[in-house]
Amino acid sequence: MDMQQLLEVSNQGSFWNPLTYLVFAPLVGALVLLLIPKGNEMVLKVVALATTLITAGIGVYILTQFNFDNAGEKQLTANLSWIEVINSRYIIGIDGISLPLIMLTLLIMPLCIVYSWNHLPSPGNPKAFFTLLMVLMTGMLGSFVALDLILFFVFFEVVLLPMYFLIGVWGGEQRQYASIKFFLYTLFGSALMLVAFLALYFLSDEVLTPSGDLMHSFDMTLLPTLAGGIATGAALWIFAGMFIGFGVKVPMFPFHTWLPDAHTQAPTVGSVILAAVLLKLGTYGFIRIAIPILPDAAQTWAPVIGILAVIGIIYGALCCLAQTDMKRLIAFSSVAHMGFTMLAISTLTDFGFNAAIYGMVAHGLITGLLFFLAGSTKERYHTLEISRLGGLLKQAPHMGWIMGLAVMASLGLPGLAGFWGEFPAILSAYNPAEGLNVALFRTLMVIAAIGTVLAAGYLLWLYQRVAFGTPSDEFADDPNITDVNTTEWIAWLPLVILIVVLGMIPGILFNVTNPAVVTTLGMAGV
Amino acid sequence: MLDTAAVVGIENPAIDWHAFSPELVLVGLLAVLLLVDAFGGERSKWAMPSLTGIGLLVALVPVATLAYDGNVRSMFDGAFVVDNYALMFKALFLIAGYVVVLLSTNYIAEGDYWEGEYYQLLVASLLGMVVMASARDLISIFVALELLSIPAYMMAAWRKRDLGSEEAGMKYYLMGVFASALLLYGMSLLYGMAGSTLLVDIAESISGTEVPALVALAVVLVIVGFAFKVSAVPFHTWAPDTYEGAPTPVTAFLAVGSKAAGFVALMTVVLVGFGSQPQLFEPLIWALAAVTMVVGNLIALRQTNLVRMLAYSGVAQAGYMLAPLAVAGFAGSGASSAVEAISTYLVIYAAMNLGAFAVVIAVARKTGSAEISSMGGLFSYSPVLAVCMTIFMFSLAGIPPLAGWYGKLAIFLALIEPGSISGYVLAVIVGVSSVIALFYYARVTRVMWVDEVPDGDTTAIKVPVSISAALVITVAVTVVVGVVPQILAAVTGSESFLTLGG
Repeated sequence: MDMQQLLEVSNQGSFWNPLTYLVFAPLVGALVLLLIPKGNEMVLKVVALATTLITAGIGVYILTQFNFDNAGEKQLTANLSWIEVINSRYIIGIDGISLPLIMLTLLIMPLCIVYSWNHLPSPGNPKAFFTLLMVLMTGMLGSFVALDLILFFVFFEVVLLPMYFLIGVWGGEQRQYASIKFFLYTLFGSALMLVAFLALYFLSDEVLTPSGDLMHSFDMTLLPTLAGGIATGAALWIFAGMFIGFGVKVPMFPFHTWLPDAHTQAPTVGSVILAAVLLKLGTYGFIRIAIPILPDAAQTWAPVIGILAVIGIIYGALCCLAQTDMKRLIAFSSVAHMGFTMLAISTLTDFGFNAAIYGMVAHGLITGLLFFLAGSTKERYHTLEISRLGGLLKQAPHMGWIMGLAVMASLGLPGLAGFWGEFPAILSAYNPAEGLNVALFRTLMVIAAIGTVLAAGYLLWLYQRVAFGTPSDEFADDPNITDVNTTEWIAWLPLVILIVVLGMIPGILFNVTNPAVVTTLGMAGV
Repeated sequence: MLDTAAVVGIENPAIDWHAFSPELVLVGLLAVLLLVDAFGGERSKWAMPSLTGIGLLVALVPVATLAYDGNVRSMFDGAFVVDNYALMFKALFLIAGYVVVLLSTNYIAEGDYWEGEYYQLLVASLLGMVVMASARDLISIFVALELLSIPAYMMAAWRKRDLGSEEAGMKYYLMGVFASALLLYGMSLLYGMAGSTLLVDIAESISGTEVPALVALAVVLVIVGFAFKVSAVPFHTWAPDTYEGAPTPVTAFLAVGSKAAGFVALMTVVLVGFGSQPQLFEPLIWALAAVTMVVGNLIALRQTNLVRMLAYSGVAQAGYMLAPLAVAGFAGSGASSAVEAISTYLVIYAAMNLGAFAVVIAVARKTGSAEISSMGGLFSYSPVLAVCMTIFMFSLAGIPPLAGWYGKLAIFLALIEPGSISGYVLAVIVGVSSVIALFYYARVTRVMWVDEVPDGDTTAIKVPVSISAALVITVAVTVVVGVVPQILAAVTGSESFLTLGG
């Protein structure tokens, strides 16, 4: 090992980086919200919306600063000292992998605030509700820009608290059970993940710090090189720790049982954020951290990931077919869809990774929209029992059509975003990375393809029961059942447009992700 | 100058007054409090807490000058050492003592509980702790331990006419004396073996390859003695009853001050005294740590009383803090990361627990109860207190960016650094038990945020200035250390933090 060239770390960039503004702008908004008296509901809403819009504005500025020709490199980076004694540093930066997920977050959050304008879940208290959403936003954005394992861990955990309260306070009837289950599962995963990070830290090679000491490092960009010397056995254990940590978040079968409860009980915007962004933290962790740093261990674990992913696809689909509650059905469909993403990741190919990132974004948009629709359905019908619903197209035609589009996109209809998440994911399993068992992955491919048939089955069946036919007697003359209102239009239209645009021109996303994926896998030497 | 001691043939020890000054300030404070109480009559009662608080802050001044000076000072052949380790803990004890004074001010005054005596005992106990931070020999450790314990026994029984408080004091006293006896027995064996009470001499005398069985017995007795003090399972049974019965500010003092002092003594004795023979203490401490955190957390799950829950959570955290000692023996450098981890955790532990007790005291002023259910709906009528408590609960659970996460991280680091199987297993046990712990911490926040107010009385709680001040201090430490852990890490991670080998 001593023959290897010693890597040097130096301070670089400034703390006042556009990405720092991006991450902490929502936190500033949260502090402002705390200062506003509780009664001023309108002011609270405006401040919350303004905060998300300003943050999105910073995001647009970042887009203009981002060099798309060089999307494979980390950009807008800063590397400053944070916790010197353990050489954990404030390292931030974005590339073509994180950029789409950041943009997804920046899109979803303002839409959630707009949607909450007149859909504030009971028991009200907009001050606490919006403050938590702002903290949540900081956590999510921070996780996507952090390039230091400890910094990533901190943001990853910051996300937990607001979500716990969103489900636990503003959730449905089983909210207490669902919120604590969500919290315990994720914390269990992240405890093991932290142990894995620390083992990685101590077992990898040292770097020269700016103060001239030889220390281990948490730097995600250096660790693929530094971790090269870790013994195979240890690497397998470390990967297993991260696997559980990220796998719970994704969620992969068999760690998925928190998800249906959390989704079903969460308030609408909670479900939307959970589906659109939080689940992506898990898959992002695989792509950004676990696989590039420990590629050999990943190779050993890949068949396990692939098999669990496919079990998730089939199991999720079968569960969907058995559901009687619309929101729970959508939740289980998330298990199935994230299964496709994980299958693509398990191939360890750049094709698979691109498909996975596309799948993440597409699932975020589509399932986000579906949860919005479920929330609005619940508000109109006061139930999500599928057997009691029906005739949505007659009573609220616009809403029915939007639901139709979301359902078609979700089942992977070509021309809509979902297709580009699902089809390449299946295709990628045809040619897994060198060293992986081709026969196994082709079998997985076939089973996953069957999963798409099941998906079409449960989604179309859902749509048929909810939207077609005539309204049941109990709702036939209900004046509450109105068509899409203004705030809903504002919240849903951007999603609808993006689902169509990304479905028609997939290149706009693939062109950004591909260079970063190639660099990441190249660095890992897979 | 003609010296009587020199005439009779005893050499006067050189005394470094500067190194001694924090202790001297406390002794002076004690004298002032006694005099004011004796001659000031009833009129002076109100001044007692202010005087005590000011005195404790004054005692911090020499701590700061000594830290600025930076030299390691050693007196009495190395029985009393002032290094960064000692200074950090002196500062911790003094600040924790100051916060306890803030918490006690209204409680003791309104309960009419012998104010003068209360603060004198508190200062005496703090003096014991401050000495403990510097003690590096068996006798000074024992004297410091008794000096800090005996006033605490009385303070636990301070609510004289309350049976629960009397039970608290009695249990604490009996268990404490029993522990002291074990400790003394172990110490006497060590002295018999080494012929010296200095920890460095003991370390030298047992450093050979052949260790007599009697040393093992002595080590076990000493560790068990301290295990009572830090309330490690199975020697924890006194803690919940004592915590519940004692006046709540005293509970805060016991949970934070006494426990931290116990850990300081344990660390010093084990690492300075037995550091060369890790096989003697590691298995015992490994088992104690593992059992303590699992049992503490599991029993805490079942508690309905907030103070008892905090007592068991304190037991569990004693387990976390014991854990690094269980792997401290590897290749010499493990000791320093163990000291680093435990010291870091102790500081954070003090801030978040004192804060939690401050909220309990504030809420009990309105509800008169420490049941978890009595916190119901706190968020709706006293949102600031509810947010403070939420911060402390999640810091205790180790959720970033609140200080508790860095404490846990430091412990994980110390456990994983040696790369031993026993370290990894213990790290996983710490991880799993933190998840269990989250369950009961989260329950408290849930009650505050979601549940209805039990008696429907939603008038806001009037928080006295002194308790507000205590909350400001503890919240600030909890948040700042959580976001910028380097502040604390720079101190605990400094070179020659604990001067092993005197």
